[in-house]
Amino acid sequence: MEGLTLSEAEQRYYCDLFSYCDTESTKKVASNGRVLELFRAAQLPNDVVMQIMELCGATRLGYFGRSQFYIALKLVAVAQSGLPLRVESLNTVKDLPLPRFVVSKNEQESRHTALYSSDADNPASYSGVIPPPPGRIQVKKGSVSHDAVQQRTSTDQQAVWYQDLDHNTLRATLRIPCLASLSLEFSFRRLSSGLRCEIQEKESTSPVVSPQQSPPTSPHTWRKHNRHPSGGNNERPLAGPGPFWAPFSEAQPGSSTSSDPIWSGHSPPPHQENWVSFADTPPTSALLAMHPASVQDQTTVRTVASATTTNEIRRQSSSYDDPWKITDEQRQYYVNQFKTIQPDLNGFIPGSAAKEFFTKSKLPILELSHIWELSDFDKDGALTLDEFCAAFHLVVARKNGYDLPEKLPESLMPKLIDLEDSTEVGEQTGEVGYSSSPAEAPPSKSPSMPSLNQTWPELNQSSEDTAIVHPVPIRMTPSKIHMQEMELKRTGSDHANPTSPLLVKPPDLPEENKMSSSVKFTSGNTVTDGYSSSDSYASDPEQIGSTVTRQRSHSGTSPDNAAPPPPPPRPHPSHSRSSSLDMNRSFSVTPGQQQAGVVAYPPAVPPRPQPSQGAGPHVHRPVDAEGLIAHTSTSPQQIPEQPNFADFSQFEAFAVSGVNKEEEDEIETHSEVLQVEKPSDSASSHRGAKADGRVEDKAPANVPTSAGKGTTPLAPPPKPVRRRLKSEDELRPEAEEHTQKTGVIAAVLASQPSIPRSVGKDKKAIQASIRRNKETNTVLARLNSELQQQLKDVLEERISLEVQLEQLRPFSHL
Amino acid sequence: VLLSIICSPPQNYPLYIRSIPTENELKFHYTVHTSLDVVDEKISAMGKALVDQRELYLGLLYPTEDYKVYGYVTNSKVKFVMVVDSSNTALRDNEIRSMFRKLHNSYTDIMCNPFYNPGDRIHSRAFDNMVNSMMMQVC
Repeated sequence: MEGLTLSEAEQRYYCDLFSYCDTESTKKVASNGRVLELFRAAQLPNDVVMQIMELCGATRLGYFGRSQFYIALKLVAVAQSGLPLRVESLNTVKDLPLPRFVVSKNEQESRHTALYSSDADNPASYSGVIPPPPGRIQVKKGSVSHDAVQQRTSTDQQAVWYQDLDHNTLRATLRIPCLASLSLEFSFRRLSSGLRCEIQEKESTSPVVSPQQSPPTSPHTWRKHNRHPSGGNNERPLAGPGPFWAPFSEAQPGSSTSSDPIWSGHSPPPHQENWVSFADTPPTSALLAMHPASVQDQTTVRTVASATTTNEIRRQSSSYDDPWKITDEQRQYYVNQFKTIQPDLNGFIPGSAAKEFFTKSKLPILELSHIWELSDFDKDGALTLDEFCAAFHLVVARKNGYDLPEKLPESLMPKLIDLEDSTEVGEQTGEVGYSSSPAEAPPSKSPSMPSLNQTWPELNQSSEDTAIVHPVPIRMTPSKIHMQEMELKRTGSDHANPTSPLLVKPPDLPEENKMSSSVKFTSGNTVTDGYSSSDSYASDPEQIGSTVTRQRSHSGTSPDNAAPPPPPPRPHPSHSRSSSLDMNRSFSVTPGQQQAGVVAYPPAVPPRPQPSQGAGPHVHRPVDAEGLIAHTSTSPQQIPEQPNFADFSQFEAFAVSGVNKEEEDEIETHSEVLQVEKPSDSASSHRGAKADGRVEDKAPANVPTSAGKGTTPLAPPPKPVRRRLKSEDELRPEAEEHTQKTGVIAAVLASQPSIPRSVGKDKKAIQASIRRNKETNTVLARLNSELQQQLKDVLEERISLEVQLEQLRPFSHL
Repeated sequence: VLLSIICSPPQNYPLYIRSIPTENELKFHYTVHTSLDVVDEKISAMGKALVDQRELYLGLLYPTEDYKVYGYVTNSKVKFVMVVDSSNTALRDNEIRSMFRKLHNSYTDIMCNPFYNPGDRIHSRAFDNMVNSMMMQVC
């Protein structure tokens, strides 16, 4: 016999039939009894049947082995399609409809009555109808009863059903999903009762074409399947939480013809017993429970399509949406399992650990490999909690006999964070902001003095140097942006495809991430802090990266931990803002502690607003090198702070202090990191607003100093300090240094909020504060863009240095 | 007519072969096997040069009367070879490059799979789908 290739649907269907016929479970079927009935049911002329039997080799062997049986079934399908029976036709005929087996009504009825004591038409009888042992065929045939049973959700009926099933020697097979399908198929075909007739009518009306046949089939199978588990399957508690599998059929409503993914291969014999080896019992039972429940729903759903009792079915299925949805119990179990491997829920499970874990499930490696491919959404070789749950879920499904889908079901997709929403910046950790940044606003290469209006659009341009191709793994919670980045990174190497801004970005993504993150921060805040945050980011890309990395759960490789050459010192912008003078003073105080040589730095990020604008009382100035440090540390905090900061101006002092407290905390966390890493020079250099043009002047001057600095311990970035200004200084020791700055900032900022508070001049005060805020905003925006540019410069420098390093390094050949 | 094949070092045995259409596959296999020599030649010719993206794509290895063979090697010396019909004049170099890139990306995905042992034959469904769709585009 030549090899036989079956489609999935065929595979399942044939397996069902084989199980059905395999009464003695001997894996071979004598050419009599059920087989003959089956063939008779195919409504083929006898000689054709004989021909089939001969072709498949049964006559030679004297019995139907599994392969012969399958071949025979396929030949039946061929014959039913009107094609000549040839051995070659087995594999060459594509899209062959499933063989149809129809039992005459009389036959059915006789069988039914024989089987069932109760009135066949009585739905209740169906439960009783559940085929007693001899009635395998009847069970299936009878089935309209199946439909009826399925339609009925009464557990009694189910109980009866299952009892009968249990008594049925074929119980084991019945439990197999395929059996259900098989029986359903038969039942549908048969009309033995009014209900059955109806159903059959539906069946008959359903397109006779093979492809259409499958859909009806599958629902039936589902239903039956449901019945099995949900009904009396003693092994399966009915506690099924949710439509674990049920919806699965729904999940592929349209594709039922193409495949019945729900149907797991019949090959896996009922694994229904516990998956104990893999998991503890409780989860298993929970899963199993879910299975029945879901199955029920699924079948009900499916039958809607083909059964008359659509209403009932619909009602039943309405409660379940998604076959692949993870119920809470399951989810909890998965989470606990995740914790055993990786205590940090935001962390990653490395591939090797996951491999070990899932190998315990005793699934074949090929399937585990496929599950991995489905669940590792961002293709980084590690599993986040969501991915892990998805993978676990798929394993469970597979173990319980469900086929693996070709694509990850919707409900199993890891939650994508829409990082486009800048408002999330405040809420999210740096990683979110970080990841969103690339999408949001690539660092703008705005010229030295971008106007505020220009700043924003520029920020959105992808102006990064495409020569930089750093596949910086920004492993973070999968997000749409993240996925885009992943894709972009892949395609980014192809410089020939600058088809979209996004594509242009990829090489820049690594840098852009950092820069844009700062940009994002800036954009997110109209507050001066945005300024400082971009400052800090610009000044220390690595630090930023590391900071962000810290916030993110895991990055495969943190973006370039090596400190890049300190960013060229920013030219000291001579901020024209008078109000900034105070800041400058306050900031200048801090530097003393922070950088020896950096002092020369002009106020850190020159406030974005043109020097001419000078209106903003911003801290741009203050940011001398010291400010940068503060900024850098602040930057990570910027994200959470910024929203508050933005609100700050409208808040009462106490509210402000609340913000400051936040800042403090953040500063504390970040300051240590930042202090060590950031050369204050770079910070200050960044701060120097390129916009002013002065930054550039200063930058070169400062670069040497900053380079020399190496890791100058920097005090907490001035930004946080600035925030502090709002409130008293509850600063920690690091903050103390910035108190002065803070004080200045606070003074500046405090003035704003204070005004609104005055009762008598509310309106004026508000307007004044609004004006002030706008100025601040402008300043910050400009500062931001300048910082971005500086950041870019710094990054370029870094890249060039890296290239040099690479060249100098002895080659390591592959 | 398109055939793609992935061979891994050091013995250069194929990890994955897919061709459209399926007849005459043997001839393609032979062609690919001989082209491996050309690939090795090109790799060694590169010598100590830094390997960058451009060099990963080896370009047209050699044309024969019926078909052209393109090569691509990854940083880990995994070779991708593609045989296309000469009559496919519509296939430009860029397209070949993009196809190789896609192959490379998918290959990396497979590598990320902890259940995949390097050196095994590739059975990934996702990879198959990608290759199929790619080849369908061409044919």
